Order: sequence, then structure tokens, then C-alpha cells
Amino acid sequence: MYSENWNGFKSGVWQDEINVRDFIQQNYTEYLGNDEFLAGATERTNTLMGKLNELFKAERQAGGVLDIDTQTVSSLAAYPAGYLDKENEIIVGLQTDSPLRRGINPFGGIRMARQACEAYGYKLSDKIENEFQYRTTHNDGVFRAYTTEMRQARRSHVITGLPDAYGRGRIIGDYRRVALYGVDRLIEEKRKDKLNLEKGEYKTEQIRLGEELYQQIRFLEYMKEMAKIYGFDISGPASNTKEAVQWTYFAYLGAIKEQNGAAMSLGRVSTFFDIYIERDLKNGTLTEEGAQEIIDDFVMKLRMARHLRTPEYNELFGGDPMWITEAVGGMGEDGRTLVTKSSFRILNTLYTLGSSPEPNLTVLWSTALPDGFKRFCAKVSADTDSIQYENDDLMRPIYGDDYAIACCVSAMRVGKQMQFFGARCNLPKLLLIALNGGFDTTSGIEIGPKSDVMQGDVLDYQAVVKRFDKYLTWLAKLYVDTMNVIHYMHDKYAYEKTQMALHDTDVERLMAFGVAGLSVIADSFSAIKYAKVKPIRDEEGYIVDFVIEGNFPKFGNDDDRVDLIAKEITHKTITELRKTPTYRNATHTLSVLTITSNVMYGKNTGATPDGRKAGQAFAPGANPMHNREENGALASLNSIAKLSYDDCRDGISNTFSITPETLGREEDERITNLVTILDGYFAKMAHHINVNVLNRETLIEAYNNPEAYPNLTIRVSGYAVNFHKLSKEQQKEVISRTFHEVM
Amino acid sequence: MSNGFVSSIQTLGTLDGPGVRFVVFFQGCPLRCGYCHNPETQSMSGGKEYTADQIVSSALRYREYFGNDGGITVSGGEPLLQPDFVAEVFEKCHQNGINTCLDTSGCVINDKVKKVIALTDYIMLDIKFTNNADYENYVGCQLSKPLEFLRLADNMGKNVRLRQVIVPSLNDNDDNLLKLSQIVKEYSCVKTVELLPFKKICKTKYDALNREFLFDRYDAASPIKVKALQEKLNKLIK
Repeated sequence: MYSENWNGFKSGVWQDEINVRDFIQQNYTEYLGNDEFLAGATERTNTLMGKLNELFKAERQAGGVLDIDTQTVSSLAAYPAGYLDKENEIIVGLQTDSPLRRGINPFGGIRMARQACEAYGYKLSDKIENEFQYRTTHNDGVFRAYTTEMRQARRSHVITGLPDAYGRGRIIGDYRRVALYGVDRLIEEKRKDKLNLEKGEYKTEQIRLGEELYQQIRFLEYMKEMAKIYGFDISGPASNTKEAVQWTYFAYLGAIKEQNGAAMSLGRVSTFFDIYIERDLKNGTLTEEGAQEIIDDFVMKLRMARHLRTPEYNELFGGDPMWITEAVGGMGEDGRTLVTKSSFRILNTLYTLGSSPEPNLTVLWSTALPDGFKRFCAKVSADTDSIQYENDDLMRPIYGDDYAIACCVSAMRVGKQMQFFGARCNLPKLLLIALNGGFDTTSGIEIGPKSDVMQGDVLDYQAVVKRFDKYLTWLAKLYVDTMNVIHYMHDKYAYEKTQMALHDTDVERLMAFGVAGLSVIADSFSAIKYAKVKPIRDEEGYIVDFVIEGNFPKFGNDDDRVDLIAKEITHKTITELRKTPTYRNATHTLSVLTITSNVMYGKNTGATPDGRKAGQAFAPGANPMHNREENGALASLNSIAKLSYDDCRDGISNTFSITPETLGREEDERITNLVTILDGYFAKMAHHINVNVLNRETLIEAYNNPEAYPNLTIRVSGYAVNFHKLSKEQQKEVISRTFHEVM
Repeated sequence: MSNGFVSSIQTLGTLDGPGVRFVVFFQGCPLRCGYCHNPETQSMSGGKEYTADQIVSSALRYREYFGNDGGITVSGGEPLLQPDFVAEVFEKCHQNGINTCLDTSGCVINDKVKKVIALTDYIMLDIKFTNNADYENYVGCQLSKPLEFLRLADNMGKNVRLRQVIVPSLNDNDDNLLKLSQIVKEYSCVKTVELLPFKKICKTKYDALNREFLFDRYDAASPIKVKALQEKLNKLIK
């Protein structure tokens, strides 16, 4: 196939097959310089962003949700065109017919949609209620098939946050394909795949895929229809920068109209866009200012993306996030950097439009990245607290050089791998259940293998380990089985037609499990091993608290005695999980990531042997427990760097807060030092870091006076939030975290 | 081979020498500066005992973070009260390619100290005041000592950063700036001078030690004013 719209591009296999990576490799221009070339915001951009900020303010004042269209079930072509400012927008398309008006997506579960409406003072229309009376949702399916034990695990919160009532998310469509090839070519390829499928054996697997391909093709047609509503024909390839960005955005927009997945990430688009920008700059049809304007407008659209959630959901995933994660930078397999001028341009939106949690800008860091880019990233971090870093040198050998990040830390090759998202299990609670012989004192639920309550005045390390391992084996199987039910039903009742149409048909699946409370359980084992931990029992003999005598090493101090316990626990967990086969032969992976659910997990967990009180929040992700770090910031980083990415292929999240004064005297020095710290941390083969450069006092002020800090953005666990959008409880937890500071 | 007594270790120091530094705070100091912000390091007893190998192997765990400029810094307390130990640590650091920085008051001088200076890549010297009376009143030694130290550093071809804490009403005056600039001109080893604002957040440490914070009676210095003094000083030095 050849298209005139490809004129000026270097040819390659990308023309014969769907292969965006090859197109990028043949055509991109690496950029080794600094940020001097960047243009600022135009007057048009400022006016539009001003309008948008007014809408954000109105949304805030309305209690978090500006408006809901309760009459329409969200889909690609379900709404008429909507605009922020029709005359002045460069990139168009909204999820519904009006900015920040939220759509209804009941396919995950009608109850959740209903409750979400009610929580904000709306009522789900009878029309939708009636329609869904005769439809099975994902949620219906799951609860029909859940076993008794799965329900108990869920109720006791030993496994929590399961995507069984909403879209699972964590799937990244290769949205670039629509821009590069146009929708018709994609349909043609999918038709070929379907014909090929029909040639061989046609059993369960093939029948399911056959139906999926039918749906993928249908939704690609819907995507064209959606674009037509906005006056665009996206059947063919994009012909210039504006179209390339618009086509890509339409593809993403289609996905978020169809699905309300927990994390709906964008992928890795900036260097792809850069190829079009370079061509237009050469042609003289675009200026730097114009290029920035297109990126700005695109990012504004992303900042407007919303899903309708219940308050319970927000308790898990605070701040109304979408996880529109865009992976920026990284190195290519041939040694050239994938940093282009557009890697700078997309980070520059944090200046042109102001700081913001979305899109979730994620820098793929390599020690080999050009210095100018490293320094710009560090500057943006220090100025905005809005970006996160992940280790490209660690991931590239596994995923190649065209992978992206779903949600916070989940790597996958774009268009070639997808993920079955699996929330997380609560390890400290599991330890307590093990000690109490299959009883959860917090929920009062009997769960797990039945045995005696742990005896003795002092906990014996070996005996506790043995007991814990037994319960871990039990939980691992239950966890995999539960995930299998969820994803079987999600495929059946809420399959991601649009996103999967933008994947290779022969897709590789990952099943991502997770753990919460890693530092709590590591410190608990350390206390039992190195100090004297005496259990306190209630009248019925259950262990409900602990007295600790003596000192013990704590995670976060670069002390192998406890750090290796943490490492061992993740190793054991993934090893146990791998013993139970997964739905569709997905590869088991594990994350150490909590989002903001560490607060809720802690709330539902009794006192632990490390001295943590009942109900006290866990540390987020892989972080050491708050204020237990005694040897400074780098010791803390070293502890986390010891966790193995081989065991935790779904990511290891670390949130790092440091005061500006601690980073250095002057801006230039702070930038140099932050670059050096990131280089060092990633040279240690650590996976991820959120960087906040701010003072605790700022957060306390924002806590007391939220109206004065509408745009205060901070990184939490794998993503960023507007501080004011967190619950008071979540805010307090963030404030209580360790801030590395000098006296 | 001797063991050293260390008050604490801070794995991330960015204000304690060039680049990112692994900072070892030694136990014990002969001085009693009124504004000392590490009073817990003053006592000659206490501290945790380390071998030089332990210190160096700890520091090596952080070498990836040192970049081009960073390394180890010994601070205190007064590290030069344990010169044999510091010399051994520095020697071993050099064997492992770690840059060495000494943060000192310059008030201890002997042959062993000379050996330490020889092994030091970068010196930070606290010049507390610029007149002898203040030194006697608020520090507990003679101004001549740090000046003698500077002469030594000069002769040995070392690079020195002078630091001075600015305490309102004591040394926030032009006369002090002028004297500082004269010192800079006299000793070619001095490459930069850094003025630091007097802060009072260390008061909690004194409370915890059940000791009186002698300089509590002075106001904390305003960072903006100290910055202005710094600019003035920079002009004098030029």
C-alpha cells in the first residue's frame, strides 16, 4: 500500500504491515540539545486554557462532578459533537456533547453507574435502567460465578480493589495506528486475520476470537462515524501534524467513550508526532509556535477526560484519575535516543498550560539519555511535581523500544501486549489471618485454612514464616482463580472492542497481580526476627495487638537484614501465583503499587507486629513506612532498588519527596543533583520513582486552605493528583509521609 | 588502624561539598559554638564505633549517585580529632575512586592533621568570625588557628570553600565582609565563600539534650538579607 499522505517519509516494512515501530525507527529525528528552542503558549492557548480553568473551578464547586448525561449510554457515536470553543480549538472531540459532562457506562455494572449518579445528586434515567434490565453486565457475570471463598476474600479485604464492577482498564490501544494507516487499512488487516482464523481448527479459543474480531471491525467503523460527527474522514492516513494528532486523539477518544477502565493510558505518542512535525517544519507549513500549539490543544483535551465514579471508588483511587499515561523519551535498541523535540514539547505543556496530574507524564529514564533532556526533566520535576520516572535500561531489554506504561508502572509493548488488571492483596492482613489460624479479627470473617491461633508468649520467627507461607500458598491460588473469573466475564460482557482493534490480533496477555503493605510486612518479620514481639490476645484468644521489646532493622535504611526479607516476600508471592494457571494463558506478573488505596488497606487491617497501630495507613507502593528512614534519602532509595524487577514485572512504585533546600542551594545545582540522583538510582536497577520537590508546609497550607491551591499537583503512587481532589484522610496521609530534609 | 566514633551518617548531602555526598558526622568537638546546629556531636563520649572499612564499604553502596563531583564528606563534630581514622578512611576512598571532602573548623592542627589534608580533595572550612574577640567569646578558640590551617592548605595546593554563619547583630556588618574578603585575597587556596543564615530549628536538639541553646537570644537571619550580604561580598572579592 502507498498513500500520498506518506510523501517525504522513508519507506520500510511499515508500509506492508501494521508496524508503527518501524515507521518511527525509519523516520524520527533524535534531539540532543536543550530546551532553548521551545515556544511558549500563544494567546489563543491562554484564552482556551483560561476557559478550561473556569470549567475546572465550576466542577470543583459542584462537588467534583460538573454534569452527567443520565440519558445516554456512552459509546463512540452516541453523542452529537461537543466543543470547548469551536472557533478556536485545533484538536476537537469530547467524550459527551459538552465539556466535563460525564457519560454513563453501565457495561461494567449498572449498580455502580446508578450509585455514582446518586452520589452527585443525579438519577440514572429510566431509559437506561430499562435497557439494562435485559442485559448482563460484567458485574452480573462475575457475581454469578464467584465462589463463596472469593466473596469472603473480597468482603474481608484481603484481596481488594478488584475490577469486578467497572472497566478493568490497563489496556493501551496503539492509537497511532489510526493516524499512520487510517481506519480502512486497519479494518482490512483485521478482515484478513479473521479469514486466516477460519482456515484452522475452530474451537472455544477460535470461536471467541472470531466474535472479538467481528466486534473490533464494527467498532472501527463506529470510530469513523464518530469522526464524521466532527466533520473528519479518518478512513485514510493523516496528511499533516494536525491530522496526525487529531486522528490519534479520535482513536483514544473512541476508547474512553466505549470503556471506563480504571486506567486508560495513552501510550507513546510524542516521538511519533514529532515525525509529522519535522516534516511540516521542513515544508514550511508549521512553525515551532504552531507545533507547540497543537500539542497544547491535544493535552488540553486529555485534561478534560473524565469517568463517572462512586465515592467508594475514589477511596481506592483518589483524585479522579484517568491515568492517561504518556511514556516520554527512552533509548532505541540501536543506541540512538528516542528523545525528540516533541519529548520536550509534551513536557513543556506543564508550563504552557500550567502543572497538572494528567496526562500522566512518564519519563523513560536511561543513564544514556542526552544531558539536555535529563536536565529539562529535572527542572520540570522541581517546578511542577508532575512527572514520574521509570527505568528504560531495565525495561528495554524485556519489552524492546516501543513499549509504553499503562496506569502507573505497568510496561507493555504497544499494540502487542495487553494486561488483565488484578488489583492487589493485603499482605499484612494475610499475616494476621495466618497468626489467628484463619480468622480476620478486623472483619470478623473466618477465611483460609483453619488452624490454631499461634501460641506462645513471644512470636517465633521460623514458626511464623512457616505459617505465613502456608497461608500465602492458599491465598495465591484463590487470587488467581478470582482473577480468572473476573477476566473471563470482562471479555464476555465488556470486551474492549476499540482498544483491541488497535492491537495485533495475536496479542500477548499479562495478568498483573499486586501486593499492598510490603514495608509493613517486611518490618513485621524483621521485628519478630530481631526484636522480641509479644502478642496480645483478646478474650477469645485471638491476637489483636503486639508489644515489641528491643530494636529491629527497618525497611528504608539500606539494611540487608530487612530489605532482603521484603525481596524474599515478593519472590515467594509471584512464585506461588505462578503455580495456578491463568485465563487465556496470560503471563503472571506482580506489582508493588497501591495508588492511594494504602490508606484504605491500612484502615481495614489490625495492628501489626512492626508496631503499626490498627487502622493506620500503610506506606504507598514499595515505600518504607513513614518516618522510619534514619539514614537519609539515598539509603531509602537503595532499599527499594533491591526489590527484583524479575519478580515484580508489573512494576515497583516509589514515591520520593524532598525539600528544595535539601536538593541544593541554587536551581542549577538542584537540577544537577536531581539528575545525578536519578542516574544513581536507576543504575542500581531500580524501577520507578515519583519525584516531589516541595515543603511539607505547602501541603499543610493547601490542606487548610484548598481554594488557594487549585492547581497544586503532587505525585502520589504511580500517578499525580490535584492535592485538593484527595479526601482529607488521603491528604493527611500524604502530609505524614517522610520528607527528606536537612536540619 | 584505629576505630572511629561516628555520631550519624546521612546518605544524601547536597550542601556538604561538591555534588551529591555521603556525609559522616563524627562524634566529638573541641569547640562550643553558640549556634552549633549539631550539639549532639559535641561530647567526646558516645557515638557509634566503626572501622574504616565499614565506613568505606557503606559509602561504596552509594557510588552510583556521586556523579562527576560527589563523594564522601567527613563532618562533625570535628573530624580532625580523629585524624588517624579519617586518614585511613580517605586513603581507602581514594583506592576506590571516591572523592574526599573535609568539613572542619580548622582549629586542630598537628602532623596527623597534615596527613589528612594531603588526602583531602576538597576542604570546607568554617570561618566563624573575623575577629579574635568573637572567636574567644562564642567559639572557644583563637582566630589564628583557622588562619594557620588556611596557610597549610595553601602550601599544600588545596581548594577551600570558606563558610560563615551570619548571626544578626554579631557579624552581619560591612566590617566583617571586608575582613572576609581580605582573607580570601591573602589565601589563594580559598576559591569561594558561602554565607549561611543563622537558623534556630536546631533548638529542638538542645531541648532533647536538656541543654541551653545559647544563641536563642539572637534572631534568625533572613535568607534574603544573607543573600544581599553574599552579593556584596562577591563584589569585594572581585
